[in-house]
Amino acid sequence: LPSLHIHELPLVLIFGIATSPMIIHRLLPHSVSSLLRIELFQSLSCKEHLSTIIDKLLLTSRFPFKLGEKVLQVLINIFLYHDFSVQNFIKGFQLCIVEHFYSQPLSVLCCQLIDIKKRVYSLSHDQCENIRRLPSFRRYVEKQESGKQIELLTNDSFLKEETEKLLEDLHVYHENYVSILRCLHVFTSSLPKYPLGKQIRELHCACLENQVWETEEYESSLQLARMLNKTDLVTMLQQCVEILMSSSGKEFDKTVEKLKEFLTQFQNLEAEASQERDVSVSSQKELQKKTDLYHLQKTLLELKESRRSKKLTKFEVLRFEVVDYIDSLVRKYLVPAAGRTLHEIVYFNAATVLRGHLNAAPRTALHTALNNPHCYLKNQALKCDGGGISNKAPDICIVYKLHLECGRLINLVDWLEAFSTVVMAAEEPNADAASSDQVDDIIHARFIRAVSELELLGFIKPSKQKTDHVARLTWGGC
Amino acid sequence: MSRPEGMRSSSRFLQVKFVPDEDVLKHISDDAGTKGRKDKAQLSVSMKRFVKKLENISDNEAPEILEEKNYVAVLGICAQDPMGNGSNISGGEVYSFQTPKRSSKMAELASELAQTPERNVAPDHSKCPEKMAKTPQSSKMFFLLIHVFSLLFQSKKKEFVSTTPYRLRKRLAAPDPDLESESEYSPSCSEEEEEEDQKEVSTVLSGQKTLAKTQAASTPPTRNSLAKKIKERKMGNLVQEYFEAHSSSKVLTSDRTLQKLRKRRLNQQTLHDLLKNAPLAYAAEIRDLNQQHESLFSKWMLQLHLGFNIVLYGLGSKRDLLEKFRTSLLQDSVHLVVNGYFPSITVRSILNSITEQVLDHIGTFRSPLDQLEFIAKRFKEDSSLELYVLIHNLDSQMLRGERSQQILAQLSSLPSIYLIASIDHINAPLMWDQAKLSLYNWLWYETTTFNPYVEETSYENSLLVQQSGSLALSSLMHVLHSLTLNARGIFRLLAQHQLEKKDNPSYPGLSFQDFYQQCREAFLVNSDLTLRAQLTEFRDHKLIRTKRGADGVEYLLIPVDDGTLTDFLEKEDEVV
Repeated sequence: LPSLHIHELPLVLIFGIATSPMIIHRLLPHSVSSLLRIELFQSLSCKEHLSTIIDKLLLTSRFPFKLGEKVLQVLINIFLYHDFSVQNFIKGFQLCIVEHFYSQPLSVLCCQLIDIKKRVYSLSHDQCENIRRLPSFRRYVEKQESGKQIELLTNDSFLKEETEKLLEDLHVYHENYVSILRCLHVFTSSLPKYPLGKQIRELHCACLENQVWETEEYESSLQLARMLNKTDLVTMLQQCVEILMSSSGKEFDKTVEKLKEFLTQFQNLEAEASQERDVSVSSQKELQKKTDLYHLQKTLLELKESRRSKKLTKFEVLRFEVVDYIDSLVRKYLVPAAGRTLHEIVYFNAATVLRGHLNAAPRTALHTALNNPHCYLKNQALKCDGGGISNKAPDICIVYKLHLECGRLINLVDWLEAFSTVVMAAEEPNADAASSDQVDDIIHARFIRAVSELELLGFIKPSKQKTDHVARLTWGGC
Repeated sequence: MSRPEGMRSSSRFLQVKFVPDEDVLKHISDDAGTKGRKDKAQLSVSMKRFVKKLENISDNEAPEILEEKNYVAVLGICAQDPMGNGSNISGGEVYSFQTPKRSSKMAELASELAQTPERNVAPDHSKCPEKMAKTPQSSKMFFLLIHVFSLLFQSKKKEFVSTTPYRLRKRLAAPDPDLESESEYSPSCSEEEEEEDQKEVSTVLSGQKTLAKTQAASTPPTRNSLAKKIKERKMGNLVQEYFEAHSSSKVLTSDRTLQKLRKRRLNQQTLHDLLKNAPLAYAAEIRDLNQQHESLFSKWMLQLHLGFNIVLYGLGSKRDLLEKFRTSLLQDSVHLVVNGYFPSITVRSILNSITEQVLDHIGTFRSPLDQLEFIAKRFKEDSSLELYVLIHNLDSQMLRGERSQQILAQLSSLPSIYLIASIDHINAPLMWDQAKLSLYNWLWYETTTFNPYVEETSYENSLLVQQSGSLALSSLMHVLHSLTLNARGIFRLLAQHQLEKKDNPSYPGLSFQDFYQQCREAFLVNSDLTLRAQLTEFRDHKLIRTKRGADGVEYLLIPVDDGTLTDFLEKEDEVV
């Protein structure tokens, strides 16, 4: 019967977001939820989104702009420890771009490969000087022979040619870096306990930070890689071949060949292995043939000897070769970017700026300003050793410092008196304290201002518990 | 043994610190524990158990600690800010616990501060000048350590019982008379103490190391146990201190009041004049500081246009800075300045000024959300519309509410509305949850200006300022003028009565029955009911407050201070 009315029944599609399907069942009575046809669509976890973004934005040579190690760490840490927000990560990335192109005058050279030539040749003399001032470029110059050094430092057009070459080198470096990084990740991501991290971003950070092959984690992961079984190793090698084939780098023909060679060798091994098995089987048969106890003992001993002294099998030798080859690739291509000449042009490294704008600590700033005004006001009189402050500090600092000495309630009269003691001493150190019994009007006014400023900042509030008292809203040092 | 002696000698100085009973108890029990350690076998057994426990714990904690370290290392790299301010302060310093204080501490610190210049000018103190010059605490630590050691060696006890209660050791060390005189240390500042505690832990630890070398009996595990013990104890102390500070309702402050100071209260105007005449300290430095911030203006413009909004924080009024930003860059563009500190500002008025003055729309809206929708629609339709919104004190009393922030956040998320705001309250960032933060899309800028909050605090009902009550007075007049003559008379009666009783601090208010009687006598009401109706109207306008006394009688009170009330009566007389 109901099927007859199906045209008249309205069909309603409700599309919503819930943290868990349980909530729907809890909110709606059973009679309702049983009538609903609930389909669940699981969205990807935010970490996966982050991985995608890092993959598409950072681990590619398509975009000239790169993040430095510290900056990337700050962004990832804000993500992992603060908000799990991909949007904020993107915002941070945007800010990096803005900051880089705003503050680095040479960022004009941070462009696609085809534009480099044009832009380099339109550089002005000042910009050339800027290049010469880059620390990485100076290191590069020092390594050249003296004739070239002079040319680089005096001849603008020579410098431009050289810059173009170096920038192209940098681009090639990136292409190679990304591919080899992915290859290395294929290996490290399957090792037990993940000494170099599970995610490629961790590996990327490690490689950016310093020479990865000098770290303990790399050492231990090589050790583990030398214990991989054959099937794993073969699949990994195949993956690496795929990665290298699809990469845009031009230097990898040889590498791919070499890896393919390894693969064929592994296949050959399989054939050999079956033969070997035959051999061992035959020896077993020999064993069964001899019945003499003495001979049996002898052969067993021989067998044992041979096993102990047996050199590495062919497979093991090959495995060592593969690992060593990967190691050599890493050493060749995964050089940290900070060591490359002209890396300042494409890498953004001002992590402190980024952190200041994204993950600010307003309360810390207030704390510093109140406790140590010298940080901001560069006056010798404010300079003070240790935790104390000078009595010449701004009023609000003194009032703040005094209020730290109180418990939950503060007597305003005491506070005022303490304040005027300090201020009077600062103004005329030799004045007689006894004569200044009555508080000066101006000091009174200054005190009122400072107290109401503290109230505005949220340190105190008026209290009705006792006349002329205020309550502290913070406890402890701030 | 010299330990008890040390205790006795210390008792003279114990008064420096307030010690609650529980602490003393703990201390005694710990002391008893150390005595029990004479039995060596027992000692080693307990030690082993301890070590085992420790290992377990450290195993569990290791990865966590490591992670934490990484985190701190990376996020704590703000060593050099462009302006060289050291914002790399650990949270422990900012959010430390307070130690119980006595009322005289403030005066002590004041007198100490009053003498500071001498210390600044001549830092050459007798024994170890270079240590003195660094920090007073470190020098204290130095003496402390020496003292601890000398005590230990005096005692000639072969093994250093590491489980000596931390507090005891501290107390043992503290009463050194030389120390008091030489380091000029006054144990008054909580932060110093806090820091000192930490330092003490570390120095004692390192001291323990050297001890281990010289004395064979001491074993490495004791160091661990010591560290753990101290940590535990510290935690215990922190918790205790918190409750000590907050449990007792009794507050130890002096009973002095401002009235006894024979001091006239300043009113807003005189205060303003006085402060105008007082020279602003460090004007040159403050100007330098502000110039640094002003150099960021063009960057702000860029970032505003790129879809970020800017929030300014830091000590000092940022009003002038924003004002300068406005006059130098926004002269030719449409902008709206919101004085958040103004006591009657509302989100509605902000939205109204956008719709009425920016969008030239005449008409009303059912709700702020409708209005917001309208604004969003208009801005989307006309891409040439751009609006800069400057909000001074986004965290002010009137705007900090959840709903207002939500609306402002949505407003700021419109692509052609550029928001630049300032916040001052220490807890201001708590206003925003993740959703609002992502709508606001803030870029934080630290702009510590050290400018006095002149405008911002002038509206604050300041504690010490005599309330001119002009606001309260005008609203009082306003409401009353719309009432009938009889109603005004009723209110006058109540006001007069309240003024007569103004010297009685425990005046509960006028009881309803008495009031009714008086009103009848003045021919103002003819029945109980009319008076009640009138009072309800007063109450609705917040002109009076009713309170039920202990005997169940209703008392009526005008919640306005006496000065305002007197003014009001005078004004009323003029009108009549």
